[in-house]
This record gives sequence, C-alpha cells and structure tokens, in this order.
Amino acid sequence: MKELRLMKGNEALAEAAIRAGADAYFGYPITPQSEIIEYLMRENPVERTGMIVLQAESEVAAINMVYGAAGCGKRAMTSSSSPGMSLKQEGISYIAGAELPCVLVNVVRGGPGLGTIQPSQSDYFQAVKGGGHGDYKLIVLAPATVQESVDYVKLAFELAFKYRNPIMILSDGIIGQMMEKVELFEQQPRLTEAPEWATVGKKPGRDSVIVTSLQLQSEEQEKVNLRLQAKYREIEKNEVRYETHLCEDAEYLFAAFGSCARITRKAMEMAREKGIKVGLIRPQTLYPFPVDAINKLAGQVKGILTVEMNAGQMVEDVRLAVNGKTKVEHFGRFGGMIPSPDEILNALEQKIIGG
Amino acid sequence: MTEEIIIAGFGGQGVLSMGQILCYSGVMQEKEVSWMPSYGPEMRGGTANCTAIISDKDISSPVLNAFDTAIVLNQPSMDKFEDAVKPGGLLIYEENGMTRKPRRTDINICAIPAYDESIKMNNTKVFNMIVIGGFLKVKPILELENVIKGLKKVLPERYHNLIPLNEQAIRRGMEIIRTEHSLAK
Amino acid sequence: MAENLIKPENLVYEKTKVLTDRVMHYCPGCGHGTAHRMLAEAIDELGLQGETIGVAPVGCSVLAYYYFDVDMTEAAHGRAPAVATGIKRVFPEKTVFTYQGDGDLAAIGTAETIHACNRGENILIVFINNGIYGMTGGQMAPTTLPGMKSSTSPRGRDVATMGNPLKITELIAQLPGTYFVTRQSVHTPGNARKTKRALKKALEYQKLNKGTCFVEIVANCPSGWKMTPVQSNKWMEENMFPFYPLGDIKVPE
Repeated sequence: MKELRLMKGNEALAEAAIRAGADAYFGYPITPQSEIIEYLMRENPVERTGMIVLQAESEVAAINMVYGAAGCGKRAMTSSSSPGMSLKQEGISYIAGAELPCVLVNVVRGGPGLGTIQPSQSDYFQAVKGGGHGDYKLIVLAPATVQESVDYVKLAFELAFKYRNPIMILSDGIIGQMMEKVELFEQQPRLTEAPEWATVGKKPGRDSVIVTSLQLQSEEQEKVNLRLQAKYREIEKNEVRYETHLCEDAEYLFAAFGSCARITRKAMEMAREKGIKVGLIRPQTLYPFPVDAINKLAGQVKGILTVEMNAGQMVEDVRLAVNGKTKVEHFGRFGGMIPSPDEILNALEQKIIGG
Repeated sequence: MTEEIIIAGFGGQGVLSMGQILCYSGVMQEKEVSWMPSYGPEMRGGTANCTAIISDKDISSPVLNAFDTAIVLNQPSMDKFEDAVKPGGLLIYEENGMTRKPRRTDINICAIPAYDESIKMNNTKVFNMIVIGGFLKVKPILELENVIKGLKKVLPERYHNLIPLNEQAIRRGMEIIRTEHSLAK
Repeated sequence: MAENLIKPENLVYEKTKVLTDRVMHYCPGCGHGTAHRMLAEAIDELGLQGETIGVAPVGCSVLAYYYFDVDMTEAAHGRAPAVATGIKRVFPEKTVFTYQGDGDLAAIGTAETIHACNRGENILIVFINNGIYGMTGGQMAPTTLPGMKSSTSPRGRDVATMGNPLKITELIAQLPGTYFVTRQSVHTPGNARKTKRALKKALEYQKLNKGTCFVEIVANCPSGWKMTPVQSNKWMEENMFPFYPLGDIKVPE
C-alpha cells in the first residue's frame, strides 16, 4: 500500500523508526534534530506499537540507555547533532566493543566546538573512522533525500542485527529540515524473541549472559579485535551501496554524498548544458566505501572533484580508492555555508579541467 | 516546468507555511516538490525564509542561490533576495513597510498590498493567502482546487471551517496584484 | 567420620547458587565479597535469579559479572544508572540492579545517578562507599574524608582546595523519585544480615514499582587505606561511620 506524504526529514525519520518496529528511543534535544524526539513524543508510539521514548538527562545518558536496551536484544536508537554526537562517542565505542546492534542518527551541523546550527558534513571522519576510542567501525548510511532517511532506518535496523554492530545514519541540517514527498513503508512488527546473546534473565541450564567490552587478557582482547576485523571485511564485501549519474560517457567525475550530492547534481546538469561531460558518484554507504567503483571510474576520467560541506574529508577516501590513477581535488564550503551549483561548476572548471 | 521560489519576511508573517501550502498543492497536482526553511534563532522574530521548488521532474538541489520567483515581505528580505532573482524572473513584494522600490530592470516586478487588504477583510491571518493568490495570478502553475486540497493538508481539521475564507483571500490576491515592471511590454 | 556428617539434613550453610564458583579477585578483607554475597542471597531467597539483570560498574567491582550468576551488562564508568534505565524501560517486569563504587556513582556518574533517582526508575542501586579509588591504586574519591590520605591527597584531603566529601546518599534521599534509601555496612555478621534485609526489602519494593531504591554500603579498603583488614574495620567504625552514619535515611511511610 502506497502512502505518500509531504514530510520534514527529521519527522519522516522518526515515523520510520516507529514503523521499523523500534523498541526504544533515547535522546536529548539539540538543533537541528529536535524534531525527531518531538515527533516521537507527540506520536506517543507506546500506544501504537509499544515503543518506548525517553528524554534523557544528557547525550551521554541517552547512548548508555541505548546500550542497556540493545543488550536486551531490543531495537534501540538515539539521535543527535554534532556536539551531542561527540558526547555519545564513549558509549558508541562500548556498544561496538560489546557487539550490540543499535541505530544512531547524526543530523550534522557545523563545528568545531559549539560551531553553528547550520548544515554541515564535517563529521565524516568521526562517523567513518570510528569516532570513539579503539579499532572499530560503524556502518555509515548517508541519505540524500527524505525518502532515504525513511528507508535507511529500516535498513539500519536490519544491518544492525545482521552484523551485531551500531549503524550510523549520517544526515545533515538540510535533509533533516527540508520537506519532500515520501512514501512510508508499512508497520513492521516489533521483535518478539530475544537473541541468545541478550540479557533477559538467566534461564536454567544455560550460562549467564554477559554483555561487556572488557578483556583484561591481551590474548583475549586480540581475539575480539580479530573477530571485529573479520566482521568488517564481511561488511566491506556485502554492504557497499552507491549511485552513479551520467558516468557512461563521463570525462570528469564529481564525488559527493548526502545533501551535497544533490547540489552537485544540479552543478552536473549545468555543466552538461555547457557541453562538459561530467558524471557523479554518490556513496550511499560511507563505510563501507565504494572503493572498487571509484577505482574503476578513475581509469576512465581525467579528474575527480569531491564536493563536501567540510574542509576535505571524504576526499581522502576517494584518493585512497583512486590510488594515483587520476587527479583528485576537493571543493568545500563549511561552517554552515552551503556550496551553490555555480561555485561547484566553477571549481570543476578551475581545479580539474583547467588545473 | 520547474518553478524555484524563495519566500522571505518576518517570522510570524506565515512565510514558512506559504511555502508548505505551495508544496502540498504541488503534491496534489502530482508534481515533485521540495521545501527548505531557514532555521534557528533568526526565526524567532527575525527574518525567516524558505525555498519551495515545484517541478515536473526530479528535484536535485533543495538549496539554491538563484530563483525564478522571489516573494519578499519586508525590506531586509528585498535587500537580500532582489539580486537572487534570475534574469527574466519575477519579484513580488508586499508594499507595506518597504522603504524603497526594487531596482532591477531585467526582471518582472509586481506589488501586492496584501496587508491592507487583509485588514479590509477583517482578518490579518489571511495575509499570506492573499500573497499566494497574487503569485498564482502571475504564475498560474497550480490549479486553485489543488491549492484548496493542499490547504486541507496543512491546516489542522479544527480550522477547516476557515478554508472558504482562505479561498476568498486567494481570489482577492489575484485581483489586487499589480504589475510594476514587465519585460513583456 | 567427617564424611558421615556431610548430609543435607546437617547443612547449616550453603553458598548461594546466585554466586558462581569463580575465585574473587578482591583483596583479603575487602568488603566487596560480603556485599556480593548479601546481594546474591537476597536475589536467591526471593527467587529472582531467572529474571534479574545486573549492571556492573568501572572500579574494583568491574568484574562483578564473573561472580553474580545472573545476566549482566558491564557499563562505562559512571553510566550504570543510565544503562539500567535502558534495560528496565524495555523490560519493566524484570528485576534490575546496578552495583557501583563511590568514584563511579558519586563522581563521574553523578548526573546519571541523580537523574535515574529523580525519574524514580524502578531499579535497585547498590552503592559501595569506601572513600577511595581502589582499582586505580588508591586515589582520592568524592567520598574521601577530610584529612584522609590517598595517592592524590598525600598530605590528607584539604577541603579548601580539594572540595568536601559528597554525601550523595542524603542528597538523593531528597528526590521524590527515591522510595527507600538506607546506609549499611557488612563488616560484622550482624551488619551483614541487616544489609541483606535492606537489599531484600529494596528488591521487593521494585516488584511493586515503588521507585528507586538505594542501598549504600560503607565498606573498608585495606589495600587503599594501607591497613590490615582488622585495622581497616576499626578505622572505618571510628572515622567513616561518624561522617556516614549507618541507618535508614528514607523509609516508606
């Protein structure tokens, strides 16, 4: 059944959480994502599905509530924006270390520090390189539309339980605040059976379940690390997602993610009108990164321009993927400034075509 | 057809909801739409704006720096967005409270005394609907019946009794908008 | 023959099944072992083993999950009340407890402690107060007494520069979310029995959804205090108890 609505990104994402059969949301207000908890409180999903929503005393508490609920084998999630996400990093590291599933949403704003409340992509490194302490990875999904904000919530819970790993939805102030048409998926049932790794109370005849990220013996900790790394290789094999536009005849390539990819698409259309054969690759998963796809395109084009609302973060992963095959440059606006299609086209002409 | 619109004014003038009504109406007419607000402290009593895009095809960027139409409802908004109208585009401004006329000569310019008209109608809340009416007169991209359907989506049910009044306001807006500078001449 | 005496009908004491057989890592004379046993016996006697989920802290009792034979989650430093909140909210019918030391509960986790208590989360918080950071080697705790020496207050705690010891138990007793707040010790058999009674009461109140129950156990730390176990118990009675007097602080009306 098609259910088409015009919704704000943040509100659509919150509705998707209810429909994905989430059991619990714990959060703390911060601009530009407070609509998520506001929407959930208004909808009162405990009456619709039994889903719990709680406003925690801090982002730190919220992520640890997620940790507790996730350890019970439940679909738990939290959301925040950049400064709040920094506070959550300790908890995320524990959740990754204890190999629990959960969904994290970062509606990114400009930084560092308190920064600005305007849209940004400057948390790319934090999201894809771990963020907290220790060797761990999150699967990072980067929606570019309100529709993807919705679809990725369902996907995120599926991946979280498939890999017992935290999943990050890396949104930004544009995707969170804008309204678009969105098709909502049908209500999914909440989980009824707890997985065997969940703390549910010790049953006779089985050992107690211990949820922990602590191994005092180095030999044991190394085994944990090796197991995590094996899992990440599996994720890299199975879960790469990306989209390409007009790459077949492309002589140049844009690489951009999230809302910035949409602005870049506009620049691509303008370039095409001028006769510049430029395509666009938009990674939908920032980790795992579409290394092979970019490497292949690198053999075809004369240069690649990454366009980001940061000072140059994804460009490093693009360069690693390209591995010297072609020129890779970065164009960015930051601090809450949004690049215009004109600027992007100009940067392509200056840095890649003319450079 | 792609219409890229910026609507700007003081917070409380109904700037954001005007964009939403246009987008909802677009959905009713099976168009692709996107609405992007300014957000943050500037909304609280300061200036607010939103970008509304209505198109027959997929919308790439929801954020723009040049617009087909700018609807400006106060002087700071005119100062900020007059230059953002594409050559050949449209600027609609509300006359009340403006301290100067628009300066561009390469665009179409219309004035609408919506505030005065809303006082005549004994309901300043329909101010923004008068402006929408004026816009749709100059750029008839949406059918009136779809705008009414869109209104029903935006307004909570308890306000649906006000829809006839809003329709009346749209029609008034269509009547009172005035062309000040036309490239068609 | 001794073998003939080992029969069920002659049994006067049996280790509770809620404690595992694992040898505890605690120092000789430390209060944690007895405190663990009292909590485990309380869970056992109320028949709650199969529905209890515990939360271990960071500190000396970081490995508490090796000793309690119940499902447990190991929390980040100070975050146990938030973790317990997450568990209790998705499993309101289960019995949930945290077991935390003074650094964990009253320093780095003060916010989580106060807010869980203020929300009246239906959980049991067991608070071991020995006035010192044991696991990291005897540094000053939020509950270290004025003038008390530690590796980070080697000339004794100077309240003018290091602040005052925090009576967090009295503080949380003020909050409407707490239902039963008491301070006990486990250094004598009589005190240990009182502690168990308090823990049982707290677990029973949890079943009735009465709000947060908070049991402080003032304990010794022979290693951290650099005393023999016997000396440390005497020192505790003479110095800790006057500042942290034993007894109920908030009881249901």
